[in-house]
Amino acid sequence: MSRRARLVFFAVAAAALAATLGAGLAGLPSFGRQVSAYARMLNEVAGPQRHVTDVVSAITFDYRGVDTLFEEFILLAAVAGISVLLRPLSDEIRELPEDKAPDRAIPPPSPAVWLLAVLLSSLLALIGLETVTHGVLTPGGGFQAGVILASGIYVIYLGTNYRTVERYQPDALLEASDGIGAAGYVVIGLLGLLAGDAFLTNVVGLGTTGNLIAGGTIALLNLTVGLEVAGGFVILASEFLDQTAVIRARRR
Amino acid sequence: MSEAVIAVALVWVAASGTAVVLTRDPLHQAFVTGFFGLSLAFLYLSMQAGDVALSQIVVGAIALPLIVLLCLAKVRKDRE
Repeated sequence: MSRRARLVFFAVAAAALAATLGAGLAGLPSFGRQVSAYARMLNEVAGPQRHVTDVVSAITFDYRGVDTLFEEFILLAAVAGISVLLRPLSDEIRELPEDKAPDRAIPPPSPAVWLLAVLLSSLLALIGLETVTHGVLTPGGGFQAGVILASGIYVIYLGTNYRTVERYQPDALLEASDGIGAAGYVVIGLLGLLAGDAFLTNVVGLGTTGNLIAGGTIALLNLTVGLEVAGGFVILASEFLDQTAVIRARRR
Repeated sequence: MSEAVIAVALVWVAASGTAVVLTRDPLHQAFVTGFFGLSLAFLYLSMQAGDVALSQIVVGAIALPLIVLLCLAKVRKDRE
């Protein structure tokens, strides 16, 4: 195709895109105008119906629970795909870097960094647990809490070294938590079928609004998602870390 | 008052987004992207979307820069 023909083709396509995009943007509600009818309705009914104070949790884990189910499996597939892609290939080996100067030891991280890592990792664990258990009450929930919990392991890596993380990282447990978390979502959904209702129906006792244990399956689904995301993100980070630290080309 | 906060957030997003594009070195870009993620989180918070802001913080300021940094380290190690 000549340069001229390409430019004409681009001009036609760009004009069509600009027209449709412009028409679409013109139909948007004006900036700052409050909430659609659907949002107004959910703000009204979610509290009384589901006994939660965070309406977003009620939407993601109950009214639109099936969407979240698929999103959870997208994450599971992504983590599984990364693990397959980043395995040691046939011309690569897992080996710690060779020490070229054995008489000079690598200095350990300074006590300040180590202390910061100890404080920060325990703080992250606490905030993660707080976020996952308060999903029905305040902003946050399983996904956010999972990433916060997983980031604890990065902090331990920063404060110590690769060998310590490798030694104390429970690989089997992480894979199990990733899988059990994903499967748990389906199992909780099946409770609805067992009760003779639709899949993912909120059939567990709803509790009192404002209590830690409230919202029925919303709180339980938060826990399973937290379990899956925490496991998944630690696996993700450790796969990338392995690539950087120990997986190298086999010497010829 | 809330309009002023939203205006600050929008300007911050525009400035840091431009900074990400104008930073040419990938290593520096990883850090600038982290700050861009933080500015987006502030924008969501200023519009009272606390859940989205939290997700943005954990993904944009923790997960994404970490993966970019580790990839860069891997590429550099292979080049040696």
